[in-house]
Amino acid sequence: MRNAPSVDDQLEMFRKMVVVRHMEETLGELHKAGKTRGPIHRCDGQEAVGIGATAMLADTDYITSTHRGHAHYIGKGLDPYRVVAEILGRETGYCEGRAGHMIVADAARGMIGGNAIVGAGIPAATGMACSIRLTGRDAVAMCLFGDGAAQTGICHESMNIASLWKLPVIFLLEHNQYGLTVHSSRQSSVEDLSVRAEGYGMPGVLIDGNDAVAVYGAVAEAVARAKRGEGPTLIEAKTYRFDGFSTSDMGGYQPDGEIAEWRARDPIPRLRAALESHVGEERLSAVEAEARKEVDDAFAQALADPLPGFAAHPASRPYSEVS
Amino acid sequence: MAKLRYAEALNQALREEMERDPAVWLLGEDIGVYGGVFKVTRDLMETFGEERVRDTPISEQALTAMTVTAAMTGTRPVLEIMYADFLPLTIDALANQASIYNYIWAGQVELPFVLRTQGGGGAGAGAQHSKSLDAFVAHIPGLKVVAPASPADAKGLLKAAIRDPHPVIFLEHKLLYNMRGEVPDGEHVAEIGRAAILREGRDVSVFATSRMVHEALKAAEALSAEGIEAEIVDLRTLRPLDLSAIVASVEKTNHAVVVNEGWTFCGYGAELSATIMDHAFDALDAPVERVGTLDMPIPYSEPLEMAVLPDAGRIADACRRAVA
Repeated sequence: MRNAPSVDDQLEMFRKMVVVRHMEETLGELHKAGKTRGPIHRCDGQEAVGIGATAMLADTDYITSTHRGHAHYIGKGLDPYRVVAEILGRETGYCEGRAGHMIVADAARGMIGGNAIVGAGIPAATGMACSIRLTGRDAVAMCLFGDGAAQTGICHESMNIASLWKLPVIFLLEHNQYGLTVHSSRQSSVEDLSVRAEGYGMPGVLIDGNDAVAVYGAVAEAVARAKRGEGPTLIEAKTYRFDGFSTSDMGGYQPDGEIAEWRARDPIPRLRAALESHVGEERLSAVEAEARKEVDDAFAQALADPLPGFAAHPASRPYSEVS
Repeated sequence: MAKLRYAEALNQALREEMERDPAVWLLGEDIGVYGGVFKVTRDLMETFGEERVRDTPISEQALTAMTVTAAMTGTRPVLEIMYADFLPLTIDALANQASIYNYIWAGQVELPFVLRTQGGGGAGAGAQHSKSLDAFVAHIPGLKVVAPASPADAKGLLKAAIRDPHPVIFLEHKLLYNMRGEVPDGEHVAEIGRAAILREGRDVSVFATSRMVHEALKAAEALSAEGIEAEIVDLRTLRPLDLSAIVASVEKTNHAVVVNEGWTFCGYGAELSATIMDHAFDALDAPVERVGTLDMPIPYSEPLEMAVLPDAGRIADACRRAVA
């Protein structure tokens, strides 16, 4: 396991980050046009965390995600077309339109799955690590969760158990500063949540979550440690969401200038600038154009796809009422 | 066939399934070194080791959520929740996680796990260790709920639950653990979803669960002396319900009494009663009678607790009202 991503790895992370950003922006436009259903939680600005943290994982590794999981989905190798189709409630979506954008899963890729109960992904990955351990597989489970989820009781329970049993799990705390509208300083007694790791007897690592290369490096080290049987790592990646909590967010709770300040630290131009001397402007532009086209094609196809009919989606066992 | 205590029958089922399938493992509080507060997991850690019989911290919420996802990733965990009164701590993992995924993810995952717990009153354990929260779990589509009333069913249903590809909530009763009964040796796997007629009768059908089955049998003896012959049906599985057995019995006796140790308001008995109305209304000669725990906290002192819990006397009274 290399801790530093190769230029090719970085270029692939860049491509996926562009895919996610363009997907989020397109979803925003579709929402305004009334073509989406229910709330959508965009991750613009946080792409480096989800993409960087999943870049070295295999299909046999598991991740659990959150209500804001689009970068996690794409990072874990899901097909943007089928993700978009699920978000648009189409029959062709990963879950045939049953799940919606917050609970997407692709078991074949080890993405099981999104979770709209804040904090629930944390014990979920811990349980998967139990199965990995018992069956002797060379794999890890990772939960990506937010600073809001870090305040739940099950976060404490899970971290204690994972460290106690030295489970191959990675706690990737995607710290975007806000739990819905409430700033972390109003939710947590400590500013850097990674300091809590010491209380569980595991390493705590604080990184710049807008630096995809730094995220990759920290996670690669944690994966190696987990696979050596040395137990979990808590990685706190500081980042920021440019858009609201969801499409229903009216804003007004961020201090003046905060969003602009973080937009200046946008992870995508940052990785682009770092790659320019290695691969050149022309190649980067081509990768960007290709990524955007993939997303545009995905939306065009998904919008044309059929909605599911209920008759084809009956509740089978174990949901049937009588035997 | 051997005469075993209910707890021993459960232990035998766990041991046999762990020998049969290396994917089966146990986790829960005090289940390893100590062998379980009710000794259901006695000696299993010695045989199968600390990784397959996990003593855990007191962390019911995480343990239940972990059980769910361990089940979807290649193992068959059996979680012990020490008291049914702690089920509220597990509810997110059941109502928002375990129960949804098979359908919401369009069949991508199966969840072969068992959550064992024990409930019920009568042991002087007080308001936080005596409840029957059957309705909490039976309410949730996607969960199977089983409640054995005999040592033989304890073994047969637990083996079936462990082999089931879907989540099974396995409700034991603290006052049944020492009950003895004949238990078939070896491969004895009961069918989930089948009721059993324990006593035939022509006048009134009593549909009971868990320990209330035995109270119903006592009531039937008293009623028989009065010339009322009660048919006692042990539901064994609370969900999915054995509807055909229920309807057949009501069509035979034309009177129904439902007995569940949980609270009556919005309780499991309410569901049974409504189900009988839905499917056998024309066969009924009288309204369905319901027997359960009074709608109040379960008090500690013996005369208070006994006044609150359902028993043979109250079941017999309900039968008399039904046939009057």
